[in-house]
Amino acid sequence: MKRQVKLLQGNEACAMAAVAAGVRFFAGYPITPATEIAEILAQELPKVGGTFIQMEDEIASMAAVIGASIGGVKGLTATSGPGFTLKQENLGYAAMVQVPCVIVNVQRGGPSTGMPTLPAQMDVMQARWGTHGDHPIIVLCPSTVYEYYMLTIKAVNFSEMLRMPVIILSDAVVGHLREKVVLPDISEIEIVERKKATVPPEEFLPFKPDADDVPPFVSYGKGYRYHMTSNNYDEGGYPATNNHQVADKLLRRLHNKIEKRRGEIVMTEEIMMDDAEVAIFAYGCTARSAYSAVETARAQGLKVGLIKALTLWPFPREVVEKYGDKVQAVIVPEMNMGQLVGEVERALKDKKAGVRPLNRFDGKMITPEQIVSAVKEVK
Amino acid sequence: MAVHVQDYLRMHKMPHIWCPGCGTGIALGAVVRAIHNVGYSRDEVIVITGIGCSARTNAIIDFNTFQTTHGRALSFATGFKLTRPEMKVVVITGDGDGAGIGGNHLIHTCRRNIDITTILINNSIYGMTGGQYSPLTPRGSYATTAPYGTVEPSFDICKLAEGAGATYVGRATAYHVTLLEQLVTKALKHEGFSLVEAITQCPIGYGRRNKMKSPTEMLKWQREHAVNVKAAAGMSPEQLEGKFLIGEFVNKTAPEYTKLYQKLIEDAQSKGAK
Ligand SMILES: Cc1ncc(C[n+]2csc(CCOP(=O)(O)OP(=O)(O)O)c2C)c(N)n1
Ligand code: SF4
Ligand SMILES: [Mg+2]
Repeated sequence: MKRQVKLLQGNEACAMAAVAAGVRFFAGYPITPATEIAEILAQELPKVGGTFIQMEDEIASMAAVIGASIGGVKGLTATSGPGFTLKQENLGYAAMVQVPCVIVNVQRGGPSTGMPTLPAQMDVMQARWGTHGDHPIIVLCPSTVYEYYMLTIKAVNFSEMLRMPVIILSDAVVGHLREKVVLPDISEIEIVERKKATVPPEEFLPFKPDADDVPPFVSYGKGYRYHMTSNNYDEGGYPATNNHQVADKLLRRLHNKIEKRRGEIVMTEEIMMDDAEVAIFAYGCTARSAYSAVETARAQGLKVGLIKALTLWPFPREVVEKYGDKVQAVIVPEMNMGQLVGEVERALKDKKAGVRPLNRFDGKMITPEQIVSAVKEVK
Repeated sequence: MAVHVQDYLRMHKMPHIWCPGCGTGIALGAVVRAIHNVGYSRDEVIVITGIGCSARTNAIIDFNTFQTTHGRALSFATGFKLTRPEMKVVVITGDGDGAGIGGNHLIHTCRRNIDITTILINNSIYGMTGGQYSPLTPRGSYATTAPYGTVEPSFDICKLAEGAGATYVGRATAYHVTLLEQLVTKALKHEGFSLVEAITQCPIGYGRRNKMKSPTEMLKWQREHAVNVKAAAGMSPEQLEGKFLIGEFVNKTAPEYTKLYQKLIEDAQSKGAK
């Protein structure tokens, strides 16, 4: 066993984790503050026999990643707000056609080109609902360099396991931060490979799911000839554009892939929540300030705890609900005008705890002091 | 070499969706015969499409097949080819799909000279959505979105492909289907990016609004307006007025992308990057 102690930048950790998780294809388009991921993978992928390509835009890079994944290789792309918007079209394709792939969005200030070098958490809803149609999606959100590494591996694993796109929503702070990390030995990391066909080609139906609602994903060119379409499709993979029953069943199944593994997918950390009277619900770089705020508040004798969400979508409602009658209030600091706070309110609608948003959208981090003040206001 | 196209069709997916007299199936027949001519097995060929009537070609042919988003087939194909260079990648696109929404991807796929064979079915119209004008609709044509006639000029997609770096380029029509089959056969054998434009008829979306009431009239129009590039060499500009060229326009060798990338991998593994 060989643990590695390293000083890593967040985006660097992401790129390293991608290689460790078995990613062998990257297609991208330069954009601040995500470019380091592309630059590192341009260097590292060929060394392990993988492919890097810089495409003409983010639409094409998303398409190329999906094409590579259909070819049988794990694929990843990285971008920021403006590029994330362009990726939405084909991200929806991947959700519908059930092609594993990972999209990293290192968030910066918006709307539009906004504040290219400054952090924000303004794409939480775009990550959930950016592409059209009622698609399933998993969104993971790191607050430290170590989490960035581990969640990148998780993202690749979930995408392969469930045949779906997974988004990593980091931000300019976590992306550019340098921290000391202790990385586990490669042999200790669980790496998931997509399921293989269990029946011969004559019996094979490309979209016939197993009990976990995930169909095996069989590479083309190995004797299994089949069709895939982004139109509503049957188990044979052929368009069934006007078939209501097929549509109903398909959409439910696409969502059940996540629901059936919710316990594994929903990741949170509950810090000093045992006796907490006030909870802070935070994620990404803001969770760093929240953690510091909890320490300060506790030193002042205030019973405050932190619920740190590592999974934003599916929203960890069960964890929030659990404290709904135990705490007086839940403070939700976010670097946007109030996005995930709506989900917290939804989870607590029949509970005693009040919800207090705390927002900042000027490109500066929410400070621990701001959070401590908010705690004092609600107490 | 006689071939029953039917042998390559997924007969259980019949009937197809195309209108009577549509030229899309004629182009597809030529593609299937060309694949047969070259002798590729069904398992080693993958046919990728985008969106449109042209994109409905691959669901009914018995190869590895998938349809993608509107205009993006070449980008999906680029990712696929890079990970599976041993497979024969064919993209079938339309005039809207390939020259409109996907035009930028076409330029850059030509430029990379990646080994993908593209057949662009140009029926001069957005067929699937019911007859709106496309970037390849001739100026002055009528379309549902050009009730007074289009004011925009069309452009020569073959010249664009050549300018962008495609190493095999040709054009034929549904009427000149034997030539079409020959060009696609050569394009399949060619190493590098190839584009074959197939001028076809869309009697429903284009013909009936543009004084060509029947598919036969449209085929006649193709016969009367197409001039082989070899014959054109001896013709005057007056004689070529209003005509378009068919035949092989570009056939040259240049380094192919996946081969170059394979070399890059070998170098990175032996020497390490700079
Ligand atoms: C992003 C997007 N925009 C618009 C459409 C609607 N649409 C479907 S087919 C089509 C036209 C296709 O035209 P062409 O490529 O010429 O193919 P044809 O049907 O003529 O073969 C359009 C605009 C779509 N599916 N996706
Ligand atoms: S609309 Fe035109 S291109 Fe489409 S099937 Fe009908 S005739 Fe063919
Ligand atoms: Mg068309």
